[in-house]
Parts: sequence; structure tokens; C-alpha cells
Amino acid sequence: MTFRTFLRHLREGTKNVFRNGWMSIASITSIIVSLLILGVFILLVLNVNAFADDADNQVQISAFLNSKVPQAEVDKIRNEIAMMPEVSKVDFVSRNQGLKDFKSKLGDNGKDLLDGYTEETNPIPDTLKVEVIEPTTVAFVASKIEALNKKYTDAPIFKVNYGQGTIEKLFKITRTIRNVGFIFVVGLGIMAMFLISNTIRVTILARRREIGIMKLVGATNFFIRWPFFVEGGLIGLIGSLVTSAVLIFGYRQMVESVSQDISLPIHLIPMSDIGLPIVSLMIGLGLLIGIWGSTVSIRKFLKV
Amino acid sequence: MIEMQDVWKTYPNGAHALQGVSVKIDRNEFVYLVGPSGAGKSTFMKLIYREEVPTKGQISVNGFNIGKLKPRKIPYVRRNIGVVFQDFRLLPRLTAYENVAFALEVIEAPKKIIKKRVNEVLDLVGLKGKAGREPSQLSGGEQQRVAIARAIVNNPSVIIADEPTGNLDPETSWGIMQLLDEINFRGTTIVMATHNKDIVNSMRKRVIAIEEGSIVRDQLRGEYGYDF
Repeated sequence: MTFRTFLRHLREGTKNVFRNGWMSIASITSIIVSLLILGVFILLVLNVNAFADDADNQVQISAFLNSKVPQAEVDKIRNEIAMMPEVSKVDFVSRNQGLKDFKSKLGDNGKDLLDGYTEETNPIPDTLKVEVIEPTTVAFVASKIEALNKKYTDAPIFKVNYGQGTIEKLFKITRTIRNVGFIFVVGLGIMAMFLISNTIRVTILARRREIGIMKLVGATNFFIRWPFFVEGGLIGLIGSLVTSAVLIFGYRQMVESVSQDISLPIHLIPMSDIGLPIVSLMIGLGLLIGIWGSTVSIRKFLKV
Repeated sequence: MIEMQDVWKTYPNGAHALQGVSVKIDRNEFVYLVGPSGAGKSTFMKLIYREEVPTKGQISVNGFNIGKLKPRKIPYVRRNIGVVFQDFRLLPRLTAYENVAFALEVIEAPKKIIKKRVNEVLDLVGLKGKAGREPSQLSGGEQQRVAIARAIVNNPSVIIADEPTGNLDPETSWGIMQLLDEINFRGTTIVMATHNKDIVNSMRKRVIAIEEGSIVRDQLRGEYGYDF
């Protein structure tokens, strides 16, 4: 193919998008709708995944100590916990450090709430923060830590906390959302492809006479196909660009409003991490769907 | 140039369109195909430009064995065969010029040559002043002239014309016939199916009559021979 012929195909394909005005708009719209639903689902699944991973990592056992435990005993307990095979890490957080951490966690909004507490009135106990290798073993490890109390006469640990019950529930929910989301994403992708191949087929149906004429004057299949490639690709590109713009704008708004509301216990994946992959995915899918749709639809009209 | 040897064509619905046709058409001949509707004239021509393949027998066109042609090669054979139809078959959204130029764009001819050649043939068919018009702005005779210009622009060795005057009034038909005669005079073989008694009887050429899928008559400078 000469470069001039290639330009001709580009020109023809572009012209066809405009010539088939309403059909093109219908195709573009169906791409936008499908990709938009797909995009929203992908964003949702990604965020749920991130949230679940986050939750996994946050599964931590807090062993709160009584206030009058001598340092030597604290070290001894700490060692004993660290020796457990399921445990990956044990940190001692003093009561002062605990207050500081809590303050910074609440941020600017929570500052006033904790201002009244000084080192003497600090309600937070000394804590051993235990991380486990496998999040599902937390309940077992927690009971082992509680059992340590029996070795000491003064029962130095007054409470072991690992978000009993809620952790298990969270695991179940995130797993379900992940699986259902995955099925939805695949299903919607396939549906979008059929929708588009159908729309493009209608436009090609109207042009089958033209294709027949092209074949009669000796056009090769590739020569006939190229403008349709270009047309399908262009329709896909336009559709995916619009979709990307809507997704990016909508997601940015959401990230902003979620981060401003401290009552929500979640934070969304920031735009900078997710923007480029989502846009490239949308454009890739749009091109794929558009080109695939036109290729599949034209195939049977080429056998003249 | 065109040679058929015991060619049979049976369509999937069981219709026997051609039954044992053998014929030889030489370079530079002008042949009328006559016979009742449904006798096999169209099939005869479709086999030449490989829209159909024979069920049995051999066809060679310009040295190509049409029945054994690989699908990939079909376009290249068609570039050497011009086709003209009763219903013109122009691309509706292109101008007369663009319709003719299309046949050259397909073979990736350089732009300069396209321009020169298209103007040449539009001049030959007498449409120089109407190059910029779309088919809908042209009369039937003019549209057929565009179709003929498109058919000859590649300098094909054969022109296949399926009732080219079928939709035209007598006067316009004569104009088209003179044009085809001129093209034939310049060295192109013409195979033309027709129901036009007057034309066949006054512009005497070779006549091949087909009835029920067989050649029943083949005369040089023959006459139409039917009353319809």
C-alpha cells in the first residue's frame, strides 16, 4: 500500500463517519454507554480491592496493657508474642505515643476534640501492636496472647482487640464484591462489543451495494476494508475520549467530596494513581470494540 | 481470449443455468448475447468476470483459468474486465469524475495519471462538461456513459455489458451503441447481452443465442431472430 493510498483510506474513513451522521452518533453513544458502565464498575472494583487490601493490612491485634506493668515484664511479654510462629511483627506503643498517633489520625478536624488531654489525663493505655503473617489467623493469635495472662500473677494484659466479628464480615463482603464485580465487568465488555458490531452492521448493510461495486471494479478486500477500519477505530476513539472525560471528571469530584468528609472511614484511590490506566484502558477498549465491530460486520459482504 | 469448454452451471437451488456451453471469443470481437430471459445470458457473463464459478468445465479469460482462480487473485482479473449494467451501478455519493477515478484509485495509480486518464475517457464518452455532477443530477444516458467511462478507464481487454440499453429510450440507446462500437474499434472485446432487436439487426455483429442453458445459434453478422 502506498502512503497516498493510506491517506485516502484515512480520509474516506473520516468522511464516512460524517456521511453516516446519525448511525455514527448511535454507534458512538452505544460505545459511551457501555464503556461508562464498564468504567464505573472498574473504578468501584479497584477501590473495593484497595479497601480490602488496606483492611487486610490493618488487621492488627492490639494488646492493651494495664497501667502499672513494669518495663521488664512488658519486654518479656513482647518477646513471647514475637516468638509465636504466626506473628510477623510486634511494636510497643507507649501511651504518649498512642495519644500523638490518635491526634494525627484525626487530623485538623479532630484537634479540638483531644486538646483537653495532657500526658497525665491521657486515657490511652500502653499497647503492644501485633501484626500477623496471615490475616485469617488473627482470632487464634489473639486468644494465644490472652492466654499469656495466666503466666503472670498480676494479669498484665487487660484487653486484646482485633475487631472481632467485623473483620470476618469485611472479608466476606469484599470477596463477594470482587467476584461479582469481575463477572459484571466481563459481561458488560462482551455486551458492548455486540451492541457496537450490530450498529456498525446496520451502516454497512446500507452500503453493501457500494461494496459490491467496489469489488466489480477490482478493489481488493483490504482496499475496501481499510476505510471501515478507520471508521470503526475513529468511532471507538471518540466514544472512549468522551467516556474518559466523564469518568475523570466524575471521579475527581467524588475523591474530593469523600476526602473532605472525615465521617467516612474510607479514602478513594487518588486520581494520579488511577487516571492514566483508566484512560488508556478506555481508549484501548474503545478502539478494539470499534475496529472489531466493523471488521466482523464487513466480513460477510466481502464475499461477492 | 475468452474460451469456454463444456461449461455447466447449476445453482444451489437446482436451476441448471448453463448446460454444456463451449465457445471461443477472440480479441477485438463484438458479440451480442441474445435469448429469452432466464436462458442463461447473465450467468454466461457472470462466469467471465468470476462472480460465479462453473459447476463443471473450464473457462479461461486472458489466460487465467477462472474456475481455479484463488479468491485473492479475483480483483486483479477484474481489473482487466470492464463491466456495464442495465442499472448503471454508480457510487451515488461520488461525482462522475470520482466514480471514474475510483477504478484507478483501486489500482493505486499516481494522481497525475488518474487526472489525465479520467479526463480523457470522460471526453471520449462526451461528458467533459459534467464531470462534477453526481449521478442523481445526470440523465439515464449520461449515467450509462459514466459507467462506460469507468469500465474502460483501466484499458481492459474485455467489456461485459449486461443489457446496457435496457433502461434507455431508443435515441439514447443509439448513442451508447455508437460509443461501444467506438471502444470496440479501438481494440476492446465487447460481450453484450441485449433484448434490443433493432440494434442487433441494424448494427450487425456476431450473435450468440442462448436458450435453456445451451448455445442454439452462433452467427457472424447475425440477426436478432426473436419477436420480443
